[in-house]
Amino acid sequence: MNVMDTRATSAMLYLDGVHVSFDGFHAINNLSLTLEPGEMRAIIGPNGAGKTTMMDIITGKTKPDEGTVLFDGVTDLTRLDETRIAELGIGRKFQKPTVFESQTVQDNLLLALNVDHSVRGTLFWRGSRAESERIDKVLETIRLTEARNRLAGSLSHGQKQWLEIGMLLAQDPKLLLVDEPVAGMTDVETHLTAELLKEINKTHTVMVVEHDMTFVRELGVKVTCLHEGTVLAEGTIDQVSSNERVIEVYLGR
Amino acid sequence: MTPHMLTRSLDRSATIFLAIVAACGILIPLSNLLLPAGSFLQVPTYLVALWGKYVCYAILALAIDLIWGYCGILSLGHGAFFALGGYAMGMYLMRQIGTRGVYGNPILPDFMVFLNWQKLPWYWYGFDMFWFAALMVLVVPGLLAFCFGWLAFRSRVTGVYLSIITQAMTYALLLAFFRNDFGFGGNNGLTDFKDILGFNVQAEGTRAALFALSCLALIIGFLICRAIVSSKLGKVLIAVRDAESRTRFLGYRVESYKLFVFTVSACMAGVAGALYVPQVGIINPSEFAPGNSIEAVIWVAVGGRGTLVGAALGAVVVNYAKTFFTSGVLAPYWLFMLGALFILVTLLLPKGIVGTFNAWWDQSKEKRIPATMASAAAEDGVTEPKMAE
Repeated sequence: MNVMDTRATSAMLYLDGVHVSFDGFHAINNLSLTLEPGEMRAIIGPNGAGKTTMMDIITGKTKPDEGTVLFDGVTDLTRLDETRIAELGIGRKFQKPTVFESQTVQDNLLLALNVDHSVRGTLFWRGSRAESERIDKVLETIRLTEARNRLAGSLSHGQKQWLEIGMLLAQDPKLLLVDEPVAGMTDVETHLTAELLKEINKTHTVMVVEHDMTFVRELGVKVTCLHEGTVLAEGTIDQVSSNERVIEVYLGR
Repeated sequence: MTPHMLTRSLDRSATIFLAIVAACGILIPLSNLLLPAGSFLQVPTYLVALWGKYVCYAILALAIDLIWGYCGILSLGHGAFFALGGYAMGMYLMRQIGTRGVYGNPILPDFMVFLNWQKLPWYWYGFDMFWFAALMVLVVPGLLAFCFGWLAFRSRVTGVYLSIITQAMTYALLLAFFRNDFGFGGNNGLTDFKDILGFNVQAEGTRAALFALSCLALIIGFLICRAIVSSKLGKVLIAVRDAESRTRFLGYRVESYKLFVFTVSACMAGVAGALYVPQVGIINPSEFAPGNSIEAVIWVAVGGRGTLVGAALGAVVVNYAKTFFTSGVLAPYWLFMLGALFILVTLLLPKGIVGTFNAWWDQSKEKRIPATMASAAAEDGVTEPKMAE
């Protein structure tokens, strides 16, 4: 069997029958999900539904016990490590904003650029016009041009979230995994973030995990609700939020 | 090192540091050799040797700061690389003794004759040639660090676990080198050196030259470290130190970066050890003692972790204090004082001497420069193609 020759699926991301258990706890239970190229998908679900674990599997942090995880129809992600998966073009924003606090905003973006990541390449690196232009553009998109020389650690919570999204943009991956981008944001910031993600989605495939239903509604995309490690419901926000089971386990009556 | 790497790596404190080291490296040997003994400005030979030792420690401290201060790898076994470099140099010096040894054997060092060995073990071959020994000073510590690091970093051993196994490494080497049948002089180590490259190791001129060479090695080591930390690779190292898994998810092969700096650092420690041995005249297994490696980490913490200049300064300051206190009535209490020093620095000066000074300097600079000028400077940074340092 040679999967390298033929695309097994047209999907950007294809998960089928994935299982993961930690010490007998089934974090992911027969999870199947597909994401088409160019799609934006919102993932909702109660705490412990397996949303973050799913992202860990896709990015290579956790290895599934069984199941298939295919990227771009050809690459088996379960065999690769985080670095290789990032190189393939999967970027991730963490639930807790994780930026390089002791470095400046623009250095954070510089580190994220998808240029030569080898030891030799970085040792003999010289900045280029094209690189700084890309950084300028990202800074503008995430509205941090003024703060470019500030240390990332001195940014507000919302700005850190944006910086991390900016790092994803600089990385320019084919698929972006965004874990709770609006946690701790004000309403205005939340609205701006939704705009930003919609803008990003014009050129990238995006998967967003979020609890904020107003935000999910604003995104206006297909929603998947996870529960106990498996897909409970899938469809438009209206279909999912009117689903009896979803109301019972997640939204509440 | 390319020219732009050199200019990028020389900021103000780096230039001042290099100027001071260069001045010491030139003036101290000259004063020792040219001025009449006993004159006020003449540096006595015993002091030249003592300060030469401090300079070697400063190189070791730089090596530790490169991996600990910038990449977060806390090695508590760097003394092992220092000692291995020292043994490589010691082996060369042993082979230079020739027939002047107690037993007068032209090939075998005294301790081998004493053990009734008939021929030189294979791993002593080549050490009669200086170039080979000099190469081994880099290769042996570098190779050990590479193999050790390859296994540890690939298995993602980090933090305190890595520190513990580096301690185990140096302790294992300590036990091995204590054994007589290991072939490195056992308990006594290597000593009674006669000459190096044909010059008498005890002579004033040789000591002065070794001191100058140590300063030169410190300068070169410092420039290499600065070139590394001021490159983009330096930014990656700091990223690894602050958020390792984030760096991985950006597509950096973290283990390769760690392996690179760890190996460079081990080679530097080896050079420090090699310069140390002819100046103190002996190398024995106690150099592998875990306590030595921990002490070296304290120098870096005292001077200021992640500043390079601070590491070198810390090594000199702590060792000067050690010499001062261990030669007086306070001698039995030195270890308590060292411990107290570490606790005090951790509590009161967590950034170390140089780190605290830098923070104070930056703060007072902000006050001195009016806000308008600061924002103008920031705009200059925008148009410049080179990223701000």
